[in-house]
Amino acid sequence: MSSRFPDTLLRLKPPPFEYHAPTTVEEAYALLGSLEDAKVLAGGQSLIPLLNFRLARPQHLVDINRIADLDRIYERDGGVAVQALARQAAVEDSELAARICPLLSAAVGLVAHRVIRNRGTVCGSLAHADAASELPAVLLALGGSVVVRSSRGERTIPAVQLFAGVFETTLAPDEMIVEAWFPALREPFAILEESRRHGDFALAGVVRAGPKLALFGVAPTPVLADPRDPARELQPSGDLEATPEFRMHLVRVLTEKAFAA
Amino acid sequence: MKVNGVERQSPADARRLLSDYLRHELGLTGTHVGCEHGVCGCCTVLLDGAPVRSCLMLAVQAEGHDVTTIEGLARDDQALHPVQQAFHECHGLQCGFCTPGFVMSVVGLLAQHPSPSPQQIDEGIAGNLCRCTGYASIRRAVQRAAELSPSPHTGEGRGEGET
Repeated sequence: MSSRFPDTLLRLKPPPFEYHAPTTVEEAYALLGSLEDAKVLAGGQSLIPLLNFRLARPQHLVDINRIADLDRIYERDGGVAVQALARQAAVEDSELAARICPLLSAAVGLVAHRVIRNRGTVCGSLAHADAASELPAVLLALGGSVVVRSSRGERTIPAVQLFAGVFETTLAPDEMIVEAWFPALREPFAILEESRRHGDFALAGVVRAGPKLALFGVAPTPVLADPRDPARELQPSGDLEATPEFRMHLVRVLTEKAFAA
Repeated sequence: MKVNGVERQSPADARRLLSDYLRHELGLTGTHVGCEHGVCGCCTVLLDGAPVRSCLMLAVQAEGHDVTTIEGLARDDQALHPVQQAFHECHGLQCGFCTPGFVMSVVGLLAQHPSPSPQQIDEGIAGNLCRCTGYASIRRAVQRAAELSPSPHTGEGRGEGET
């Protein structure tokens, strides 16, 4: 294609990768099972920035967006099941989610901005496993789970076993999250976070689901904590935006607020 | 893919971002590129009527979809789209760099909330950064756009233009 611009402007931002666009889940599992160093591309709202910065350099991208019927939000086992391509905005607008698990609806509205949520997916947030993001902590507080599939079969991973470290899950390289499951919650709930800018990642955040408490932004993964002494075994990191002490202070204050209701 | 109603060829390379494809391969430079990691909102376009960041999508991912850019809102040099008209009337811009992104986000906001509350307006424009105006006139422009828009706008098959 001809261009009116000099070559320097035509340099590509993402690092080299091979692009695959399967149209069925079986094809996706086969690709993930046979390719070395492949990444699933769903909403791309975390992965594409990492590519643009060249912080991630996967050899292969498996774009699942062309797979049909993978975007349902439905009731399962009394809770809300959210499939891999259900956008965060769809979950935010879902009456089913609001009725069965209002904590999920509230939490999803805090993820970045609406324009990002139009594209970003719930399962993608969980797979990305950013310790400062809301949805992993919500899944943990609720005691939810994810269904992961590969050409070897299917298994269910409970939230307590899903998050392994910084941006790390216990998924095998050939596995993909096909569905997240959020249990019903009728007890009091709250999700509170403190960030420097609206829509930015939280310096610290707390999720209350009934009597249970999960924290985010204060450890390599989201963590469950004791509401009576939430900062007890915490060793949060410090950076330009917040010292470890300030993060622990935020955890105590936000927990108190979350359980005051 | 269709861009502003016109069928377009696939991008030359799968690594091409949608923002760069629009600007460099199609010459549609109305879509601006600021941060290129999804923070500033300058590159916002409509994908099948819903606002998305064009810097956070590969152009190949838009295949089979309808993309609307700022150039596609007021076609054929006709009247401005109500949101553009409102930004014009309320002086919702200074340097104008962020404006295409704001306009596309507000088109999406009004499709979702045709009569937005002040809080919905703030939420709706929170993903777009303006370093000139301080946002007061932009908020007024959103309110004015809601008055000018008789029905939800998606940017598709646009309007009457009787503004």
